[in-house]
Parts: sequence; C-alpha cells; structure tokens
Amino acid sequence: MDALDILFTASFWVAAIRIASPLIFATMGELICERAGVLNLGIEGIMTVGAFAGWFTVYSGGDLWTGVAVAALAGAMFGLLHATLTVPLGLSQHVVGIGITLFATSLTYFTYRLALPQVTSPPKIEPFQPFAIPGLSSIPFLGDAVFNQTPLTYLAFLTVALVAWVLYRTPLGLAVRAAGENPSAVEAQGISVNAIRIGAVMVGSALMAVGGAFLTMSAFNSFFFEMINGRGWICIALVVFGSWRPGKALLGAILFAAFDAYQIRLQQLSGGVVPYQLFLMMPYALSILALILVARRASYPKALMVPYQKGER
Amino acid sequence: MTVLRLSGITKRFGPLVANDAISFELKRGEVIALLGENGAGKTTLMNILFGHYFPDEGSVEAFGKVLPQGDPRAALEAGIGMVHQHFTLADQMTVQENITLGTEPLWRPTLSRANARERIVALSRDFGLTVDPGAAVASLSVGERQRVEILKALYREARILILDEPTAVLTPGETDALFKTLKLLVAKGLSIIFISHKLHEVMAASDRVLVLRGGKLVGERLTADTDRRELAALMVGQEVKAADVSPVRSGAPLLVLEGVSTRRVNGAGLDAVSLTLRGGEITGLAGVSGNGQAALAALLSGTERPTAGTVAVNGSPIADWSPKAALGKGIARVPEDRHAVGTIGDMSITENVIAESYDSARFSRHGFIDWKAARGFAEQIIRDYDVKCPSPETRIRLLSGGNMQKLVLGRALDPDPVVILASQPTRGLDVGAVAYVHARLLEARERGAAILLISEDLEEILALSDTVVVISKGQVSAPSKRGERSIRELGELMAGHGEAA
Repeated sequence: MDALDILFTASFWVAAIRIASPLIFATMGELICERAGVLNLGIEGIMTVGAFAGWFTVYSGGDLWTGVAVAALAGAMFGLLHATLTVPLGLSQHVVGIGITLFATSLTYFTYRLALPQVTSPPKIEPFQPFAIPGLSSIPFLGDAVFNQTPLTYLAFLTVALVAWVLYRTPLGLAVRAAGENPSAVEAQGISVNAIRIGAVMVGSALMAVGGAFLTMSAFNSFFFEMINGRGWICIALVVFGSWRPGKALLGAILFAAFDAYQIRLQQLSGGVVPYQLFLMMPYALSILALILVARRASYPKALMVPYQKGER
Repeated sequence: MTVLRLSGITKRFGPLVANDAISFELKRGEVIALLGENGAGKTTLMNILFGHYFPDEGSVEAFGKVLPQGDPRAALEAGIGMVHQHFTLADQMTVQENITLGTEPLWRPTLSRANARERIVALSRDFGLTVDPGAAVASLSVGERQRVEILKALYREARILILDEPTAVLTPGETDALFKTLKLLVAKGLSIIFISHKLHEVMAASDRVLVLRGGKLVGERLTADTDRRELAALMVGQEVKAADVSPVRSGAPLLVLEGVSTRRVNGAGLDAVSLTLRGGEITGLAGVSGNGQAALAALLSGTERPTAGTVAVNGSPIADWSPKAALGKGIARVPEDRHAVGTIGDMSITENVIAESYDSARFSRHGFIDWKAARGFAEQIIRDYDVKCPSPETRIRLLSGGNMQKLVLGRALDPDPVVILASQPTRGLDVGAVAYVHARLLEARERGAAILLISEDLEEILALSDTVVVISKGQVSAPSKRGERSIRELGELMAGHGEAA
C-alpha cells in the first residue's frame, strides 16, 4: 500500500477521530478557562484524574455514564482548587497549574495503589462500544469514518457546538469572554469577575477530566500509569492553534490526530528501515510548524494570566 | 428634587485621608462639576459612589434609598452610570457586545441581538452619540470609545451619569460635541456629575461647582455666580502664580530631525517629521494622546530607530541608535510613565538613581558597583531636590508621585544633559510638585539645554514653551513662537485640520 493511499481508507479516519476525541474534550476545557483569563496548566494532571475516576467507577460496578459523571465531578473539584488559588488569591497561574498537575497525577497513582494493592496487570472494564447512527452511518466512507464511533466521541463533537453557542450566543458567554479581555469591564457592569472565572475553570476542568476518561473508557479499557502522555500539553497548543475559537480548535485536534494516526501506519509501512522514533516525532514537529503558520497573528485574550483584584487599576 | 445624596463620606488609605467627611446633593436635571487638583480625592469619591471602594464612614443615597456599600451592581440598578477615565471596554469585542454585557440574565440561552441593536441605534441617534454597534472597540477612536461608555450607561437607563475627567482624552472639537450631548441628556431629566481640573470646561458645562482640595470639600458655588479666578484660588488654596519665564535666549540647534519616520508606537508612528530643538529653548509638543507623541519620545530615548530620515544630536548625525547611544549623546529622559518605565518599583532609590549610569566609572570599578558612591549620589539628589523619603534604601514604589518624579528628574538632570525629553512630566502631580518640576526645567533652559516638553495639558505647554509645535497623526506642524498661535488655532491643528501653508 502506498503512503498516500492510507489517507483514503475509512479505517484511518476512524482512528484519527478516535485519537482526536479526548483532545477535543480537553481542548474545549482549556479554551473555556483561557477565554475567561485563566491559563490552566493543571490540564495534564486533571486528565489523569479523570481517566482514573471514570475507569474506577465502572470497575467498582458503576455504569459507564456514571463513570463519565464522576470523572467530570472529580475534574471540577481540581478546577475549584486551581481557581481558588489563581482567581481570588491571584497566585501565579504557571506555578499553580504545574503544582496541580504534579499533585493530581501523584494522588491518582497513590489512590490506584491503595485501591488495587494486589494487581500486577491492570484490570479491564467493558468500555463504550461503537454505535452506528442509523441513516448517517450508511453514507459511503463518511458514515464508516465518523458515524460509527462510540457515544463519547459524539459527545465530544456536541461539546464543541455547545461551547461555541454558549461563548458567542449567550449573555453568559459574553461575560466569560469579557472576563478574559478586560475584567474591569465585567465588574463595571455589575458582574463578579471572580464568579465567572471560578465557574469557567471548574467547567473547563470537568471537560478535561472527561477527555481523560475517554482514554480508559472508550479508547482502551483499563488504566495505566503515564497514559495521558503529554496529551494535556498538546491541548494547550491546540487552543493557541485554534486562536481561542472552538471551531478552529476542533480542526486542530483532528489535524493533530490525523498526523498521529498517519505516523503509526507509516511505521508499519516502513518495515523497520527508518527508526520508529522519527515517526513518533512527526505529529509534534508538524504541530509546531502549523502553530508557526497559523497562530502568529492570533489575538489572544488580553487579560489571559492577569489576576484581577477589585478596586485596582 | 434630590436624586443623589452623599453624607459624611470618609475614606482613608493608610495615613492618607483621601475623602474627609464629604456631603452634597445632586438634583434632577442638574450638572455638577467636581473640581480639584490631581490627588484632591475626586476619583476616590466617585469610586465610592459607584461601589468600587468601601467608604470608612458615611453613606450614599440614590432616589431616597441608601445604597449598599462596595456593590457596583446596586449602583447600576439604582440608575447610576459611570464613565471611567480609563475606559472599561473589552477591545476585541464589538460595541454592541460591550454595551449589552451584563444587561441580560446570565443563564438566558440566547442573546436578543436584533432588539439590542435597535435600542443602541435609537439611543445614539437621540443623543448625538454616533457609533457603529457592529464595530470592534479596538478599531474606534478615543472619542468614539467614550461614546460607547456613555451608551453603556444609557442602555441601562441610568438616571445619574458620572463622568471622570471626560475631556482629558478629547480634542477641543470632540469636547464641544460631548458638552452638546450632556445638554441633551439633562433636557431628558438626567443628572450629571463631571469631574475635571480644567476651569474653562467647568465654567462652560456646569450648573454648580464643588471644589475639592486635599480630600475636603472646600467650596460650593453656582457656576453663574463665580469665575475662573475664584475657582482657581479655591482649588489650590492660594492665588495661582504662573511660572516666571525669562526672555528666551536661543542657542544652537542641538537636536535636528529631518524627514524622520518610525514604526507605530501606542497608536501612531512618526510620518516624515522635521523638528529642530535649540539650546536655551523649551519646545512644547501639543497634541491629543496617541498621535505620535509616544513614537517621538521613544525615538529620542533610543528605544525606537528611525525607519527613514536623519537624526543629528549636537551637530553630529546618528548612525547606531540605542538607549545607550542616546544617553551617551547627552539626551536626558523623563519618561511619560514613571511607574512602568521611569522607575523599577521594587528596587531601592539608590538602585533606581544609578539605573542609567551604573556602568560609568563613577559608580563601578572592575565590574563591581561602588555602593558608597551610588548611595552618595542618591543622598545628593534627595537633599538637592527635597525628596521626602525614609532613606535611600526605601523601595521607590512607596514614594508619592511627586517625590518619585523628583528622583527621576534628578537622575536625568545630573549629568547636565544637552537635550532633555520631558514627557508628561507633571501628570498626576500636585500643584507644589508641578511648580517644582517647571522650575527645574526652566533652570535647565537657562543653562542652555534644549528641552522637548510633551504634554496633553495645553495650558502647561503655553506657559512654558518658547516654541510650540502640534503633532497630529504622526505629523508635526510648523513651529510657532510664544503667543503666535491662539488656543483655537492650536486646537484646530490638534484635531488634524492643517493650516494653509
């Protein structure tokens, strides 16, 4: 098979969309935080928490959707911690974010060891199964690629539409965007900047956690250490790539996932002549290139990373 | 009918009493001017009224109801709208988004956009506040942004409008338009408080004047019963004395710009500017902010290189331009923003005063700083300039604006500079400090330095300058000698209406 032919197989796009799904959730989560003016570097740790919380709920006998809800709740709690430190207390968002990532990751591993002291190989659960959407899934090619995914993937796409709607079509979204542009404009109109920002970070963190849960409950069926493997950091780049717009960020996530799916197939094709590490590097190198091309003109939220203290100017 | 009543408002910041038991009333359809020097407590008072600050004592009553303290939402709901001096607009959002922000319940699933647009258009038409609701705020001029701020208040059906130094950023023409709008608002029964330190505006636009000085309400006059002289005396607490300017003795051209253009800096860049600064002269640069003043200041400071044209200092053209080169050529800088650029807030006075010369033989030996010499220099400036501070080790951010500016001035003037760039040197200072800064600049002029005074305060320019030029959209007008152009003519130039050559 030729390297280019890969792009025209439905199975390639099925994989790309599957790889994109957790990125879409987490990117939307990060985008909400940043639009409100808070950089959430806790994303990597919060995804880890979500991956474990969702999986462990199902492993302990809960059903799959309960698992998703528990993951979201756990993410929101870490979001609350992050927001408490960065919003009313105004601490450095970099330091807090990295702290949250380290703390959340370690706490997750610790909990895993406590909960499952005996196991040597990670226990499996019954994950979400692909669900063919009647009608749409019979469209040639596209039906196989897009409309024969697990329900969580559909939820990811719905989330993008919902985030876009809320940000651009509702009074709440207006307040969130203004909080990230000029918080004193929000305060002057009688809305609490702190409430908006804390809320945004909690909701955003919940979405990040669901992104993590996708890995253990849809893409795979068990929890491994290091399984987030830098996906959170990719999402931070995707937000920039998408110029803080949900639609463009979605495209970015799919593009990155396609690179990733492509490099796996190229590895197989190359038959071991080229070191596989080069292929592993490809999506990241291409992402940096895309970032350079697309994001240089991006206008970022003006108050991003600027803590707001009432009465100061 | 009284719409607003302030009773016994007191606000302290540490030992400073910003507002001292201030009481007054505002009636329906009335325009009150709140007059006072910078630091008199005007803005603090309005921030209390609007709920940005908690007062230590006193209460605010609007339409007969006491407002809860520290709650902007309550002030908004009571019908009070505020137009801040520093606009509270989100630049990347549209006019309409800025206006409707916070006016609908947050949990509504949709925005009623068509309806909002209609109301905004109607309001702009009724009150002469022309602005396109769909435009991004970033693309608007300063005057237009102010209209958006006023529309924000009107959209919320404000009955009381507070304007904090509304004319500080406007051209004379825009100011006239604003006053027309205010008249229309009053005719509709709104009440207005506007804050100013410009006497002629107070006389032109208000019904009643309240004068604040040092946090106290020191006078209240009906505008019809008073004059500028009396108000000025009330405002500063003494007869105002103009700076004593000796006749000009022009020397050689010390800084010559020919056809200089630069990149944009804070709004505008320079566009083929030719300008000559002569020794023994103060050249005043008048203009509305954002028209290239920042670019010119950056050019003289060495932080911006010309993209075209030539710069010559003291007769020798400049090839390699940098802040270090500018200092080396004997250009002294008094930067526009003493907090952000002029000083490093968390470093000591000593460290700040040697910031421009720490690597000179005077303050360093073999790469080590001679702290004894540095401290001696700081003490010398503190003594000569009468700086009030605990010690040379004090962090500079703890000083008042006036004392900080004295240190910046002392640092700049110490090496007997050839050219002095004084950018908004008296902004935010009290009367005493202003007089002091003026006196020092005039001293340097006597000594033969060429001084460029950039100021948005036309009265300051007219009082000090031997030569006046006007900057507009990056272009500099032909120079005029002291008294050659009237304020009206300068205003026309500031608004960008060139004169026939």
